[in-house]
Amino acid sequence: MGKLSSLPKIYLTLVFVILYAPIFYLIYYSFNSGGGMSHFESFTLEHYQAVFQDTRLLIIVMNTVIIALLSALLSTTIGVIGALAIYFMKNKSARQTILSLNNILIVSPDVIIGASFLILFTLIGVKLGFASVLISHIAFSIPIVVIMVLPKLQEMSTSLIDAALDLGATRKDVMTRVILPYIKPGIFAGFFLALTYSLDDFAVTFFVTGNGFSTLSVEIYSMARTGITLTINALSGLIFLITIVLVLGYYIIGNKAKSPQGVRK
Amino acid sequence: MKNKKPLRFVYAAPYAAWLLLFVLAPIAVIVYYSFFDLSGHLTLANYRNFFSSVYFKLTMSSFWYAFLITFFSLLISYPTAYFLTKTRHKQLWLLLIIIPSWINLLLKTYAFIGLMGQYGPINALLETIGIGGQQILFTDFSFVFVSVYIFIPFMILPIFNSLDKINPALLDASKDLGANAWVTFKRVVWPMTIDGVKSGVQVVFIPALSLFMITRLIAGNKVITLGTAIEQQFLVTQNWGMGSTIAVFLIIFMFLIMVLTSGKERGHR
Repeated sequence: MGKLSSLPKIYLTLVFVILYAPIFYLIYYSFNSGGGMSHFESFTLEHYQAVFQDTRLLIIVMNTVIIALLSALLSTTIGVIGALAIYFMKNKSARQTILSLNNILIVSPDVIIGASFLILFTLIGVKLGFASVLISHIAFSIPIVVIMVLPKLQEMSTSLIDAALDLGATRKDVMTRVILPYIKPGIFAGFFLALTYSLDDFAVTFFVTGNGFSTLSVEIYSMARTGITLTINALSGLIFLITIVLVLGYYIIGNKAKSPQGVRK
Repeated sequence: MKNKKPLRFVYAAPYAAWLLLFVLAPIAVIVYYSFFDLSGHLTLANYRNFFSSVYFKLTMSSFWYAFLITFFSLLISYPTAYFLTKTRHKQLWLLLIIIPSWINLLLKTYAFIGLMGQYGPINALLETIGIGGQQILFTDFSFVFVSVYIFIPFMILPIFNSLDKINPALLDASKDLGANAWVTFKRVVWPMTIDGVKSGVQVVFIPALSLFMITRLIAGNKVITLGTAIEQQFLVTQNWGMGSTIAVFLIIFMFLIMVLTSGKERGHR
C-alpha cells in the first residue's frame, strides 16, 4: 500500500494531464496579446484588465455567484428537512416511494428539467429571469442534498437519540445537539455539491432565463457561438485561481482539524 | 410517540411542497403538453410523428452515442479510481480529479474548440509527428471525446467511493486462498463495486442522451441527440407539443435505465 508501480503512475498522470489540459490551455492564451488561441504573440495582461472593465460581464459573474450561494443555502435547508422527514418515516414502502421521487430530478436530463420548468413557470406566471433561475436551481439541488444527508442519518445509531432522551433532552435538544452535529459533514457535502451544480448548470438555466438575465454558462455559450474573445480566457483563469485557493484551503483546514486525533496516516 | 406525527408533518411541508411542485407537476405538464399541436388542438399527431423514421433514427443514434460515451467513460474511470485508492494522499488526489468539474462546463467545452481547431495544438502535434492535419472539430470523434472528458469525474467519484469501502482484509483473504489478481478482481473487487459502477453509468448515460450544447459547439450540429431535438422544439421552433412528446419518451427511457441500474439495491437494504 502507498506505493504505486510505474504503469499506474503513467496512467494517472495521463488522466490528470488530459483533465487539466483544456484549463491550462485557456489560461495560457489569456496572456496572449494576439487575438486568437492559435499562436502566442507576447505576454499581456490586457485581457484581465478587460474583465474588470466589462461591467456587464462582472454583473453576470455576480448573478452567477449570488444564484449559486442562495440556491445552495435554501436547497440545503429544505433538503436537510426532507432527509429528516424521510429518516423518521415509519412506513417502509412510503419511504421508498419518496426516495424514488427524490431521485427523479437527479437522474432527469437537464433538458427535461429545463423544458418542464419553462412550461411550469409560464403556466404559473413566474417571470423568467432571476426568480425563475433561482427557483430552478433550488429545485434541482434539493434531491442532491437529501442524498448526501440521508446516509449520515442512517449510519447514526438510534441509541444515541434514545440516550439523549433518557438523559432528559427535549426534542429540540436532540435535534440541535445530537442529530445536526452528527450529520454536519453530510450537510456540508450537500451544500458544496449544490453550489457546484448551480455554478456549473447550463441547460436548465438556458431554458428558464429570460432576455434580461444571464449566468456565466449562458453567456459563455452565446460568446462561444459567435466567436473567440480572450476575455473569456482571462475570466476562466481567474475562476480557476479562486477555485484552487478555495479547494486547497478547504483541504488544509479539513486536514488540520483531523490530524490532532492521529486517526489519519 | 403519538404526538410526534402532526409535528413531523409540519416540518416536512417545504420538502413535500417541493416534491409536488417540482417533481410531479413537471412530469404532468410535459405529458399534458405532448397531446397538443402548434395551434393548441388536442391531437395524437406528435406521437405519430415521433414514430416516423426521422425521429426513430434520431433516437437510435442518440442511444448509440450515449452508449459509446458511457462505455469509454467507464473504461477510463475504473482504472483511474482503482489507482487513486492506492495512492498515499488519495483524498487530495481525488480532490484534484474533482477540481476540473468545478470549472464551468462551458469554459472547458470552449477550450476544446481551440484545442481541436484547425490551428490548435493537437493538429500542430499531428503535423510534427507526420500524420498531417486532420479535421477533428465537428466530427463524431470530437463529440464523444469531449463528452467523455466532461463525464469522467462523475464516473470516477462513485467508483472510487465503492472501491474505497472495500475492506483490505478481504483482498488479503482472497490472496491467501490462492486467487490471483485477476480472479480477485473478478470475484471480489468487481462485485463489491458494481453498485458504484451502476450509479456511475446512471449519472453518465442519461445526461449523455440529452446533451445539447456540446453537440452545438463541438459536433457542429452533425450529431443530434434527443436533447438537441427537445431544445430545438422548445426554443427555436417553439413547438412545445412536439418537444414535450420527445421529452415523454426521454422520461420513459430514463425510468427504464433507473430500473435497470438499481435492480440489486433492494437486496442489501
